[in-house]
Amino acid sequence: MPAVAAAITAITIVTSPVVLIAAVAGLLLPGSLAQAQTASESVAKYREMLADGNPAELWEARGETIWNEKRGPQQVSLAGCDLGRGPGVVKGAYVGLPKYFADTDKVQDVEQRLITCMTTLQGLSLEEAKRQPFGAGTAKKSTMDALVAWIASESRGMKIAPGSKHPKEIQAFKVGQTIFNYRGGPYDFACATCHSAPQQRIRLQELPDLTNKAEAQKSYASWPAYRVSQGEVRTMQHRLNDCFRQQRFPEPGYASDAITALTMYLAQQAQGGEFNAPAMKR
Amino acid sequence: MKKRPLVALAVLSASILGCAAVTTDATDSADANTDSNERYRAQAIALMKSSFHDKEQATMDRLDQDGVQRVCDRQPDTPERAQERAALEKVELAAVKFPADGKFLGNFVEGEKIAQSGVGLQWSDKAGSIAGGNCYACHQLTKAEVSYGNLGPSLYHYGKLRGDADASLRYTWTRLYNAKAYNACSNMPRFGHKGILSEQQLKDVMALLLDPKSPVNQ
Repeated sequence: MPAVAAAITAITIVTSPVVLIAAVAGLLLPGSLAQAQTASESVAKYREMLADGNPAELWEARGETIWNEKRGPQQVSLAGCDLGRGPGVVKGAYVGLPKYFADTDKVQDVEQRLITCMTTLQGLSLEEAKRQPFGAGTAKKSTMDALVAWIASESRGMKIAPGSKHPKEIQAFKVGQTIFNYRGGPYDFACATCHSAPQQRIRLQELPDLTNKAEAQKSYASWPAYRVSQGEVRTMQHRLNDCFRQQRFPEPGYASDAITALTMYLAQQAQGGEFNAPAMKR
Repeated sequence: MKKRPLVALAVLSASILGCAAVTTDATDSADANTDSNERYRAQAIALMKSSFHDKEQATMDRLDQDGVQRVCDRQPDTPERAQERAALEKVELAAVKFPADGKFLGNFVEGEKIAQSGVGLQWSDKAGSIAGGNCYACHQLTKAEVSYGNLGPSLYHYGKLRGDADASLRYTWTRLYNAKAYNACSNMPRFGHKGILSEQQLKDVMALLLDPKSPVNQ
């Protein structure tokens, strides 16, 4: 929906209501009446969202509803799901991930853990659990994005403290660090190419130095985020997927172990930082 | 770099572990550290191979590292690895192909377009589409373009400062064709060596940098 995205961008840039109306009118002039209505509706919706703060709250609310909904062949909610702080405990769960889980005998991040709960408790198939991993507009909303946004919001203000003592947690960190530094593809890029020195930019976009504790904390604490340019809540899982796209790598599987290991590296780099997401970004 | 069977890596890491176990008393902590790093490296490669998949033109063989990719992301650095890098630079330098017709400079207007374009080789790009150089992602070039990155040095007034004598042409061509020929661990892609840009495109970027009339040199 480029019209919506453009309208949203216009709003964020322009603050005066008069200028805003002029900008929106300018935006709508070339379009048909139908388009105009759609765009003005979107603008109205967007202003509504902004009145209450971050549009990510819509994802959070939807996530909470889905969490409590009876789903799958077993017709149970996720209330029995253990995200690391005991069955059904969501408060503070996100900042404690990734961590080692004895029942699966592996280190899991939030998506992996949710998939475990959906398949074991609710009886969903793996395909069903992973359906529409990333949101793509109102017609293709993502269940996982909403759940992750809500679970993350329940850790706001808490200290980032992923598992770091179990041998498999230490292994995940070291493997994740190796992936961070791994050069490959036709451009020879690694994550480290853009994210291991201070005050670097691609064009005008500032790049966090993820080898620096303060910057890693600030960056890790800000995902998931509502991306104004995309009109979607994007998770860390999505951020990493898009980084690999730009690295010219093949695609990492959704909730794959490589992504979990890399997330573990980033989370441990950010250890002790105050979590502050879902955030809002350009 | 051809596909390297995972089995070989597994055997390698097992043999490293075996060695470390047998020679514990003779192994100092630096060696042990190197061994464990190599073990995690083998695990990371295996994990990426099982976690990633082909998507459009971005195929799995892109995870197979060649020499310079492999030597640059390993810790800790050792004198042996420094020697390895120097040897690899010689190999990369020897593989540089200069323009067949001996002409180094193309059209700087085209060069500017190539410098602006970030298209190419992502799974989201149309397969076979002409890649850009995306120079502005990392470098300042013209005064007019204020949206430039700083991962690489500013190239504003590049030609004005260096001139367009033959040595300067050959040096700059080599940098663009294969930055690893001068620095094995440069962050810059190997635009010619990896076939990202064509010979004509490289000439056009050369003109952007070195033509006295190019906006870079105004």
